[in-house]
Formats: sequence, structure tokens, C-alpha cells
Amino acid sequence: MSRVLIYLILILVASCLHANVAEPELLEIKIDTRDQSKLQRGAALFMNYCSGCHSLRYMRYNRMAEDLGLTTFDGSVDSDLLINNLIFTKAKIHDPIQISMPEVDARQWFGKLPPDLSLSARERGAEWLYTYLRSFYIDKSRPFGTNNLLIPDVAMPNILAPLEGDVVAIPIGGDLKRLSNSNLVTIAIGEMNEQQFDSAVQDLVTFLVYVAEPGKPAHHRLGLIVLIFLGLLIIFAYRLKKVYWRNIH
Amino acid sequence: MNGLLKWVDARFPLVSTWKSHISEYYAPKNFNFYYFFGSLAMVVLVNQLLTGLWLTMFYTPTAAEAFNSIEYIMRDVNYGWLLRYMHSTGASAFFIVIYLHMFRGILYGSYQKPRELVWLLGVVLFILLMAEAFFGYLLPWGQMSYWGAQVITSLFGAIPFVGDTLTTWLRGDYTVANATLQRFFALHVIGVPLLLLVLVFLHIVALHKVGSNNPEGIEIKKTLDEQGHPLDGIPFHPYYTVKDFLGVMVFLFCFFAVVFFFPEMGGYFLESANFIPADPLTTPEHIAPVWYMTPFYAMLRAIPDKLFGVIVMGGAIAILLFIPWLDRSPVRSIRYKGNYSKYALVLFVISFCILGYLGTVSTTPIRQFLARICTAIYFAFFLLMPIYSRWEKTRIVPERISG
Repeated sequence: MSRVLIYLILILVASCLHANVAEPELLEIKIDTRDQSKLQRGAALFMNYCSGCHSLRYMRYNRMAEDLGLTTFDGSVDSDLLINNLIFTKAKIHDPIQISMPEVDARQWFGKLPPDLSLSARERGAEWLYTYLRSFYIDKSRPFGTNNLLIPDVAMPNILAPLEGDVVAIPIGGDLKRLSNSNLVTIAIGEMNEQQFDSAVQDLVTFLVYVAEPGKPAHHRLGLIVLIFLGLLIIFAYRLKKVYWRNIH
Repeated sequence: MNGLLKWVDARFPLVSTWKSHISEYYAPKNFNFYYFFGSLAMVVLVNQLLTGLWLTMFYTPTAAEAFNSIEYIMRDVNYGWLLRYMHSTGASAFFIVIYLHMFRGILYGSYQKPRELVWLLGVVLFILLMAEAFFGYLLPWGQMSYWGAQVITSLFGAIPFVGDTLTTWLRGDYTVANATLQRFFALHVIGVPLLLLVLVFLHIVALHKVGSNNPEGIEIKKTLDEQGHPLDGIPFHPYYTVKDFLGVMVFLFCFFAVVFFFPEMGGYFLESANFIPADPLTTPEHIAPVWYMTPFYAMLRAIPDKLFGVIVMGGAIAILLFIPWLDRSPVRSIRYKGNYSKYALVLFVISFCILGYLGTVSTTPIRQFLARICTAIYFAFFLLMPIYSRWEKTRIVPERISG
């Protein structure tokens, strides 16, 4: 009997270990969406480098501005700040964040419309996004001259290259398929040094995590109140039950 | 107030119904943890109905707008996120509660005579619940919604001769498409819920006719006091109303902890692939149903032949209907059954959980092999029950529930 059980458990453990074949390891990142300055820097990066191709169609400019503290002294959205620094389309401040290029052109240039990124952090996870953005390297065989470890032969160019500088992949033992981030080497720094670039990418990913679920801090606040209320009710319910059941044996 | 009550009672069996089903409905006094899940299932059902009703007000059941309308609910509707998370968490909670409720029935032999009909209605409810969950899962119109529905509806294609025609008829199109979404919506919000409500009503009527079983499996109606009330029974109200109130509060505490803090539950309650809009041209690398369907899905995948796989999967659910007649034990509760029943139940639960796990991951040869063993154990538990439950040595059940 117990032998059968041990056998079953061993098989299960073996099958678990068998999982996860040949996927590049993801880099770790700590996300703190309460850090407004990080979010503001991330938003600026996104609007300047990403929003040409990638929309955030479930996010409105004014909602973003409210949550990121882009407000005037009386607490209302600073629309001048938004329009002058973050809105590069004809959008009004209540509009969702759309791309600035025509969709027809996008399809022609990239083969497909670059995906909307509103939910990318919930789909892929912050670690994936962070690793992806840190995994571009120079590859002259590609149309845009760059390639990526996580999505080999990705259609997206390394748009952050001017900031990041030149990164090449040095394969160990000549095997390009088994690259990891440790094989990437910066040979010439760009506008930022490596540390600055790393922190910029973290800002950007933090911003995308925020965009994927902007209401999360509010959920947690309300959740805490609800749980405290229910906790008190449990104490009350427990004592009520005790009183009623006193005489039942 | 009293006058109004008299007026109503002269025209409607209000007081007598209250008495016979609540205040003078005698339930065994020794209910344990597992007996919370009946009332919790009602709580979750009400939660699903209410949150579902409100979600329907904002949701758009078309292929073009469904995904957008969910995000609209999540972001622009006041407390829409709360309704949505309560509904999505409620779906998983429903299955946790129902699986434990069914496990209780098997553990204490609650399906045995005279409660066969209670069990049968319960199994039909379980099947309806799975249908309801399946229809509902398509509605967010994410990648996993779409491809899950595509896979499950294609199973009908395994039926000889009429399979393909039937699949097309069910989908209303050659693939899962707008027509499928709209009919699933109709079935999810009105068709299945109506049936669910009727069956829940019948389930409770049948239960109250025969009375609840208990962890000891002792029939409390055998020993009555002078007024004809069971000596080991206590009125449902107030004893079990206050006890269930406590159970509901503890349940809600856990439930809302998930709703507010981990609505995705690590990808088990809300799958990450469902945050991508449905794309009929891109098949996801790995298609898995939500966790509560995975034990049956694992069985389907364990069988190489499609038709046989579908039969096995259907059989795994249908076989539940026969337990009342497969169990030949003279006692009800596992507490008095012999060792074979105990081992069988332990193996059954373990293999069901392993199947559940295997259904969530991609398959490899060793996992396939393991899934087959577990499927065999699952069926052996039921098919061998007439033998092991009859020939094992059982303990003698006492007449009364001891304090």
C-alpha cells in the first residue's frame, strides 16, 4: 500500500522535474507601483519610445495623470503638462492612449500591427518584460539589425538602442540557441551607462505593470477594510455560535 | 405584523414551510467541517447570480467588443473590477466548495438509501455547473477562452457519422465565432442558471424529505422522543443557522482575501493567456482549461484515441451517478467501513489530484503514463466498489450518536 503511494509520489516528482525545457531564464525585477517618480519616468519613456507603435488602448491619459500625480496644485489634471510632454497625437486628455502611426503603415512596415501593451504585464509578467527589453543584441542578418533572446527573430527593432548602446551576443561554444543574458556584452555605451539603462528599463516595466491594473492600490485599500470588517464579524459569529451551542452535547 | 402574518398564512403555507424546513427541521447534532459546504454552495450561487446580473449590464456579447467590454468593466465602471473579480473568483470557489461537498457525500456514504435521489440531483447539478462554467469561460473572449472552447466543442467531432455536422451546429459556425459567443452568452446567463435554480430547489426538497446524513452514518430518525423528534437531532434554526453563519463569514474572509489581493491566484483562477484577445489565427502553445476541469481534461489527453478519450471523460462524470448502487457496504460512513474502502478512497483522492495537476501542464510521455495510471485508479475506485465494499470487514454502527 504505502509502497504504491511512494511510487506514485516519485513519478509525480520526476514529472515535475522534467518540466521547463530550454526556456531562457528570466531576470528578476522588483516592482513597486506606489513609487510615483518611477512611474512618471516610466511613462515618459513609454510615450517617447514606445507609443509610436504600441497603444495602451485601455488606459486614458487623464487617468494616468491622476494616478501618477501629474496634477496642478488644486489636484486637477495638469492638461498643459500632459499635452506638452506626454501626448504626441491629436488625442484629448480623456482619450485612450493610441499609437501615432497609421495602422495600415504599421502593418506594412512590421508585417503585423505592433500589439497593444495595456495588459502585457498581466499576460507575460514583469520579469518577462524586463528580460525581453534587456535581451536585444546586434544581429546584422535581421532587417532592423537586432535580434532578441526571448523571442528569436522578433519583428520589433531595439528601439532603446540609442540609450543602451551597442550590445553583442557572445555565444559559448558557438551555440546561438542556448544564449542567456550572461552572454550579452555591451561594447559601446549609449546615452546612458549600463546602470542608468537598467534603471530606465525598470521604470518602464513598472509603468507597464501599473497600466495593466491601475486600480490595484485601491483594491488593496478596500480589501483591507473588508477583511478587518469580516474578521470582526467572525469573532461575533463565533461567540454567538458558542452561546447557542452551550447545551448541545 | 401578526395580522399580516395571519393574512398571508391563510393564503400561503408560510408558517408551516418555515417550521418544516427551518425551525423544526431536525438535523443531526454532529455535523463537522464538511457540512459547511452545502450552505456555502448556496452563498456562492447567490454571489454568482448577483455579480453576474450586474456584469451583464456592462458586458457586450460580440466577438468584436467582448474583450474590450471586460476591460471597460475593469477600468471605467465604478466597482466593475470588484464585480468581475467576485464573479471570476466565485467560479473557482464554487468548484472548491462543490468538490468538498461531493467528497463529503462519498466519505460518509450520504448517497446510500434513502438518499439516492439527493445524490443523483447533486450529480446533475455538478454537470450543469461544469456546463455553466464552460459557457462562461468563453465570454471574456481571450485567447484561452477561445481555444478552450474550440478544443471542447471539437470533441463532439469524435462522434461517428454526425460528429462534424453536430460540431458546426453547436458552434453556429465552422469555428468558434461570434455566433458561438452569443449562444454561449444566452446559455450562461439564462439557460443554465434557470435549470440550476430548479435543481437546487429539488435537491433541497429531496434532502428535507429524507433528512441529512451525518459523519457517523447513523439514521437519527430511528430513535425519536415523545414528540416524534429525533433524539440526536437539533432544529436547523437556530443551531445550524448560527453555525453556518460562522462558516459563511470564515468563507467570505478567505474569498475576499483572494478577490482583493490575489484575483489571478497564480494563473489558476484567471489564466495569463486570457489577457490576450482571442485570435483565431494564432493557436497558443499550451491550451489548458481552468483548474476545476483539469482532472477530466487529463483523462481525455491520456487516451490516444479521440472518441475513446471522449467516452472515458464522459464516463468519469457519468459513473458518479451509479455510486448509490455500486456501494454494497452495510454501513454508510467511512468511519465504520473496512480498510479496503479507506485505501480505495485515499488512492482515489490522490489520483484525482494528480490528474488535476497533469491537466494544467503540457504532456510528456511519463506524464501521459502517469495520467493513465490515475485514470485507471479513478475508474477502479468505482468499478471495484461492489467487491471491496461488500467483502471487507466493517465495524458495528452504534444506535445513537454519542456526545
